[in-house]
Amino acid sequence: MTALAQWFHRRGWRDLIIGIPYAWLILFFLLPFLIVVAMSLATRTPTAPPFGYGGDNPLINPAGYARLFTDSLYLRAFLTSLINAGVATVLCLLLGYPMALALTRVSKSWRTILLMLVILPFWTSFLLRVYAWMGLMGRNSWFNGLLTDLWNLITPQAWALQSIPMMNTNFAVVLVMVYTYLPFMILPLYANLERLDPALDEAAMDLGSRPFQVFRDVTLPQSIPGIIAGGLLVFIPAAGELVIPSLVGDAAAPMIGRIISDEFAQARDWPMASTVAVALLVLMVGPTMIYSRFQARAEGAETDGAKP
Amino acid sequence: MPAAPHPAPPAPASAPSAQAPSALAPSAMARPFIRIEGVSKRFGSFQAVRDVDLTIGEGEIFALLGGSGCGKTTLLRMLAGFEDPSAGRIFIDGQDMTGVPPWERPVHMMFQSYAIFPHMSVERNIAYGLKHERMSAAQRADRVREMLDLVQLAPFAQRKPHQISGGQRQRVALARALARQPKLLLLDEPLAALDKKLREQTQFELMSIQSRTGVTFIVVTHDQEEAMTLADRIAVMDRGQVRQVGSPTEIYEYPNSRFVAGFIGAISTFAARVVRLTGEIAEVDIPAMDGTFAARSVPGLVEGQSVTLALRPEKISIAKTCPAAVNVVEGQVKDLAYFGKDSLYRVTLPGGDLISVHAVNARRADEGGRPADWDDRVWLSFEPGSAILLTD
Repeated sequence: MTALAQWFHRRGWRDLIIGIPYAWLILFFLLPFLIVVAMSLATRTPTAPPFGYGGDNPLINPAGYARLFTDSLYLRAFLTSLINAGVATVLCLLLGYPMALALTRVSKSWRTILLMLVILPFWTSFLLRVYAWMGLMGRNSWFNGLLTDLWNLITPQAWALQSIPMMNTNFAVVLVMVYTYLPFMILPLYANLERLDPALDEAAMDLGSRPFQVFRDVTLPQSIPGIIAGGLLVFIPAAGELVIPSLVGDAAAPMIGRIISDEFAQARDWPMASTVAVALLVLMVGPTMIYSRFQARAEGAETDGAKP
Repeated sequence: MPAAPHPAPPAPASAPSAQAPSALAPSAMARPFIRIEGVSKRFGSFQAVRDVDLTIGEGEIFALLGGSGCGKTTLLRMLAGFEDPSAGRIFIDGQDMTGVPPWERPVHMMFQSYAIFPHMSVERNIAYGLKHERMSAAQRADRVREMLDLVQLAPFAQRKPHQISGGQRQRVALARALARQPKLLLLDEPLAALDKKLREQTQFELMSIQSRTGVTFIVVTHDQEEAMTLADRIAVMDRGQVRQVGSPTEIYEYPNSRFVAGFIGAISTFAARVVRLTGEIAEVDIPAMDGTFAARSVPGLVEGQSVTLALRPEKISIAKTCPAAVNVVEGQVKDLAYFGKDSLYRVTLPGGDLISVHAVNARRADEGGRPADWDDRVWLSFEPGSAILLTD
């Protein structure tokens, strides 16, 4: 008892405070992940729950992982996910960078208002916003009609359309993902750009650089950490997105989130669903690791600088 | 203090209102190189710079001196092209700078924060401006090396800015600004971020680099000592206006207003009235000193005029016996501060006012080096030529 009290007084609080987040991660992230990994190695059975180990089946059954590579459904789904998420990330960057830059250049009062507008959509239900887009993209909507008229105006007669087929396409998925995830690109970029010293821009200008060269030589290189952070915040959830492709996507070319969901709910193939989930995780961990290494190196360089 | 490199033609009457009524020869100024004509700058309802006229010579070190908010930095930013004047024009080497963007001006600036690019090595920082020059890679490398040698940073060429000290960073900023051989270098509070020891060293380095390169320097500073030691000429600014332009000696010995007199160095001022004018000498009645005193006259004085008589503490002699001098006043030592090499006395005058007197302790205090002690009756005296008459 005294030993315990002693330990507690010496370093108990410190360990407790450091321990809580670790305990949380272990309990709610590592443990469930291990369960998923274990499930991915089980065999599908007509029981409840619908999987088992041993018995007539092998104790460890890696057949699912083989199927990932043999059944083109999975490879195509991964490819679709990566392309859709990649395109959405690049578009978010192209749209979000000027917005984030503009946020740092406007007056303080405008900045508050504009930042508010960036965050505002989160206050409406996500589903509601997706349904709103479905309404806009539908064949009989005014939005579709407007775009169709515009299309017919600028293209030759032969290409004339009744309406633009937007719903249930990858285009729709990317559009809604860009709309949904744009704030996740803007906010880290803004945080990064806002910290840059405006005197650096002036110094570059003073040394003969035009505004475009100032951006290329000074602003852009210094905002790479923000670009990477924003890119990961958009790319990772977009690659695993389930709701958006289910509601507006092309059912014939499903994304990986849809596959996982279908394997669980429709096919009741829990081992295969787990296998796909593990594969997705491995695919996503790669870029994250690269990012952490980048971050650690940048921070390491920063602390080195403390001693002249 | 490096002298102006060219023989001195008479200074042009660029800002007659701000010229000192000086007994000194006009300060040396080379060929007029920068002309600031009637420049004003307004930010909303705030008038940052108001109707400034200045002429700055080639190869000069010129200081813009003033407290915060006096408009000196705004004037500097207008020279660099970061701000456009609301009125007036700026000429650099005869060329009107109106509408010329910063990247096309033959002017480089050393920023107060140094503004070194944190993602580039020392070498790349210095080379940055050179990529806009038509020169071969070898020429560029030579120029960078030359600059690194000039500021003694060659061993640090590959370091990143966060790996070098503050003083070294300042030298990177200087080398980067000088690399493209600007006609004019603007320095915004160049020594403000350095500690005292480094300041003095850097000050002399700046002066030696200026005399070696011959580039015109315009230095913005709030520190009068920095301005006095660095600059060939100083413009004292106050609330957006230039109050006086002149050499450090002119500004210190012949201030043209109570503001300038009070801003540069310590000074005691007294209300006075002109009693009689005889040639070079004006006799003035000073109620605070209970008597009439002789001072060197200034142009435009008339008998009966109310003026201010100003005295620098070091221009006054202090003694325990009445000296044989033109201007003598009796007083009592109220306070004294002993600094070792010198002492500062606060002496109560007959009218009850206090006057500061600075005396060098030429001998040890216990061997008669200290001319007076607390509460002693003392006699103060000053030369007529040392007294400053101010008419504003």
